[in-house]
Amino acid sequence: MKRFRVTQQEIVFVVFAVLFAAFSILLPGFLTADNMLTLLQNVAVLGILGLAMAIVVLGRGIDISLIAALAVPPGIVLQMVQNGHSLPASIVTALLFAVVFGLVNGWLIAVAEVPSLFATLATGIFVAGLGQAFLFQLDVVQWSPGMEGFQRLGQGAIFGVPTPIVMFAIACVAVAVFLRLTRWGAYTYAIGDNPNAARVTGLPVRPIIILQYVLATLIGSFAGFVMAASINSMPTRIFNSTLIYDVILVVVLGGIGLSGGRGGVLNVIIGTLLIGTMLNGMTILDIPYAGQNLIKGVVLLLAVITDSFLNPRNEETAQQGDI
Amino acid sequence: MLNTLTRWRYRFWPDHLLGEILSKRWTETAVPVIVLLMVGFGLSRTIPNFLSPSSLADTARQAAEIGFIGLGEALVVIVGGIDLSVGSMFALTDFCALYTLDVLNWPVVAVAAATIACGAVLGAINGFLVGYLGLRAFITTLITLIIYRSAFDLLIQRYSNQIASAFPDFPTWNFIGGGDVVGVPSIAVVYLAVAIFGHIFLTRLRPGWHITAIGGSRRSAYNSGIAVRRTIALCYVASGALTAVGALFFAARLGTVGGDIGVGLEVIVLTATVLGGITLGGGRGSVTRSAVGTLIVLLITNGLTTMNARGGFTRMALATILLVAAMIDIRWQKNRTRIISKVYVSPTYHDLPPPPTTEIGKGGPFEQNDRLRDVELIGLGRIEAPEDVILDRHDNLYAGSRHGDVIRFFAPDYTRMEIFAHIGGQPLGMAFDRKDNLFICIGGMGLYRIDPDGKVEKATDETNRSWLSVNDDSRLRLADDLDITDNGLIFFSEATIRYEMDEWPVDGLEARGNGRIICYDTNTGKTHTAVRGLKFPNGICVASDGQSILFAETFGCSIKRYWFEGPNKGRIEVVMDNLPGYPDNINLASDGNYWLALVGMRSPSLDLAWRMPAFRNRMAKRLPVDEWLFPNINTGCVVKFNEKGEILDSYWDLHGLNHPMITSMREHRGHLYLGGIANNRIGRYKLEGADPNFVQYEKRWGRLP
Repeated sequence: MKRFRVTQQEIVFVVFAVLFAAFSILLPGFLTADNMLTLLQNVAVLGILGLAMAIVVLGRGIDISLIAALAVPPGIVLQMVQNGHSLPASIVTALLFAVVFGLVNGWLIAVAEVPSLFATLATGIFVAGLGQAFLFQLDVVQWSPGMEGFQRLGQGAIFGVPTPIVMFAIACVAVAVFLRLTRWGAYTYAIGDNPNAARVTGLPVRPIIILQYVLATLIGSFAGFVMAASINSMPTRIFNSTLIYDVILVVVLGGIGLSGGRGGVLNVIIGTLLIGTMLNGMTILDIPYAGQNLIKGVVLLLAVITDSFLNPRNEETAQQGDI
Repeated sequence: MLNTLTRWRYRFWPDHLLGEILSKRWTETAVPVIVLLMVGFGLSRTIPNFLSPSSLADTARQAAEIGFIGLGEALVVIVGGIDLSVGSMFALTDFCALYTLDVLNWPVVAVAAATIACGAVLGAINGFLVGYLGLRAFITTLITLIIYRSAFDLLIQRYSNQIASAFPDFPTWNFIGGGDVVGVPSIAVVYLAVAIFGHIFLTRLRPGWHITAIGGSRRSAYNSGIAVRRTIALCYVASGALTAVGALFFAARLGTVGGDIGVGLEVIVLTATVLGGITLGGGRGSVTRSAVGTLIVLLITNGLTTMNARGGFTRMALATILLVAAMIDIRWQKNRTRIISKVYVSPTYHDLPPPPTTEIGKGGPFEQNDRLRDVELIGLGRIEAPEDVILDRHDNLYAGSRHGDVIRFFAPDYTRMEIFAHIGGQPLGMAFDRKDNLFICIGGMGLYRIDPDGKVEKATDETNRSWLSVNDDSRLRLADDLDITDNGLIFFSEATIRYEMDEWPVDGLEARGNGRIICYDTNTGKTHTAVRGLKFPNGICVASDGQSILFAETFGCSIKRYWFEGPNKGRIEVVMDNLPGYPDNINLASDGNYWLALVGMRSPSLDLAWRMPAFRNRMAKRLPVDEWLFPNINTGCVVKFNEKGEILDSYWDLHGLNHPMITSMREHRGHLYLGGIANNRIGRYKLEGADPNFVQYEKRWGRLP
């Protein structure tokens, strides 16, 4: 007998549709082409970060250090160019830094078996502290003339669509290809679904977990590049903001269960759209920043509660220390 | 010469303590304490005035504020959760204190009550979500962190000016913020009181045990009837309330509501918790660890600030400490049992001269024969592991079984059997007292008494603890054999205090004097340890003089006599040494001599290994247990000896087909009844020329009137 069940994805989509319709009717200036593009442009970076988080969450992990990955590598590029290095060399250095960062995360989680949230909490703080203490001269790393050409990553438009949106689309396609069409993507789902089963089946669990974190860090840095390019600087204090919670919000709201193995790129897109709509609507309504955070927090809480009802934790297989 | 050196080295260097100390829970606390001392020492050398009273008081105030939050976090982590919202709760309750004081002008007592209530409510929200709705603690408290923080931001936008313009001046308020009791800051006094209560709560009170149980295994706790959801929820409430206490003192000390109050506090508290050694995932932790962790983190951050380190550097240091502590903790928890089992076995030097020969044709008292080949078998296949056998005055036969029963075979043919009593542990040595009570040593449980109706009572399961023991030696691990003196003292042997019953051969590998003889006084009910440091003391028999006992040291391969009364009281004398096998139980023979069972024969290889402790050490560390060299217990014999320690006779079953091993024997009406701990039968051997009316019971306690 088949019971009638709604997936969270459907609920979120309905909520998004209702919210979108309500804003369109009630808020003048919401449903215009300009505003729609602004809406998407504002959440493009968040969406890319959501993709990075999605890969890790699908593998039953979490990456709190994404904001450090967002802030520090682009900061390195800007700082190095400011100090007179060439742009390509700076980008390569920054990417290498990101890879090492991801490797360390992955090693801590896969090999040293530190719970992912502690490992990434600590490495995030470490890398942010590293940037603050040794890498950057100012909290906001400024644009310098040597950066010419870099801004095309985040400014302007391609075929009339603002570049950040295009970048988000490219990232979506890339991640979707990774998850759906490559063997490693399939492994990621298997590990997220049941790590022990994946291991006894003979999957290379540890290398795949490390790969997930390296990819997440790289995608996070890509989001940072887009962001730096679009605002012509890198405000590294972004690490102290609550952006990481928004990223988790996107993923959880979109319907990617935190217990891993469920969801995909589509969920990230839905989550991003919902957040974008909410933020845009609240901004038009002129709700102060703290109030917006409060509302976001409550919505996230409701999403998590719904998630726990729809994808309840399996107490039989829940491991000790799985918090 | 070299041998003497080796002997002294192994006699006086306490190898065995390492494993015992490592298996103690408090060693896990010892590591952070040592780190704390090192950090404290280092800072006192680098920072001038670090140890001055004012500086210490200042540190104490800050430490206690964070310490309260740490206590709450410790509770939540022990119960298996995590609370990330402490920083935001700290900010909100700080605001609550200052708002009620400065804006509403409440009295200080009401302010304190309101603040703590506010913290409890904030914690209750977390508790409801995590405990009752079963959400994941991490993500949930992450969200409440945002919500509480936004609420705080909204509130200070409205009220910060009012609060900033007020200058409260109440003696009580100032006392909370800056007062001291005989030089100790008020907050430190309160923290100490709360910490002591918390320690008692966690280690001695039922709710505290429930918390640890849930953290250790949620499912088991639920299945054993603990109110899991409520307990978890209450832990979060406690976390909120304790955070509020910290915030109250903070508010009284500084009186400000800056926007960044409590930002990142959760990381500091979490680092302190993990650093103190409170295991993430729950089930382990203590108040001391929380306090030590807090102090370490605070000293390091304060020290770095004093040394003008850049903000980012402090962050890096904190993150590194958090990571290293988490990694060490996880590694240690994962490998703890393995490490301990590697270092626990600590062999020592044990030198025995070459054993007397047992070969056929070589003569000597131990010359092998086949007299036991044709013993009659009792209860074949119906009994398992009868270590000792005994007969009562009605000729019924009693034996223990591996299933925790005492089995009775009925005279005269011993085919009918019943379970006389069920005890639950493995019955070993047995003895009847004057009133037909059966006293019995139970491995792992202690000394028990079964009255003639089969009612089981515990006689004793503990003795006085020796002062320098690391392992708790007040509990009995392996009570082995016993005998009862004329005036009601029960002497029983405890084979080893370092191993459980199932690991007894490992004690033979160590060959250290781990055993002891304990005396239980049936008149007073008191128990005390009579002799310590024996090499696996086993059989015990009251000697014919009524003032001494004979006891066997299995791995000492000797029989000794211990006087418990009379002119020689307290003296120990060797009766026989260098036996060719491992002696087990000793019992009376009808002709006034003694029977002795040899459970196994010595082998040249183990004798050699006993002289090579380092070799056995390597073996224990590198090989799996089933490949270790163990004492042989495949072949044995029964011998008869007299008071002077001369062997009079020996009975062997060379092929071991009919009666494989012997751990005990009783003479009864011209027959010898044989028990063996690995056997599924009891043997009965007709003794030539023995007194056909000999009943051990009547010999000891007299005939029925």
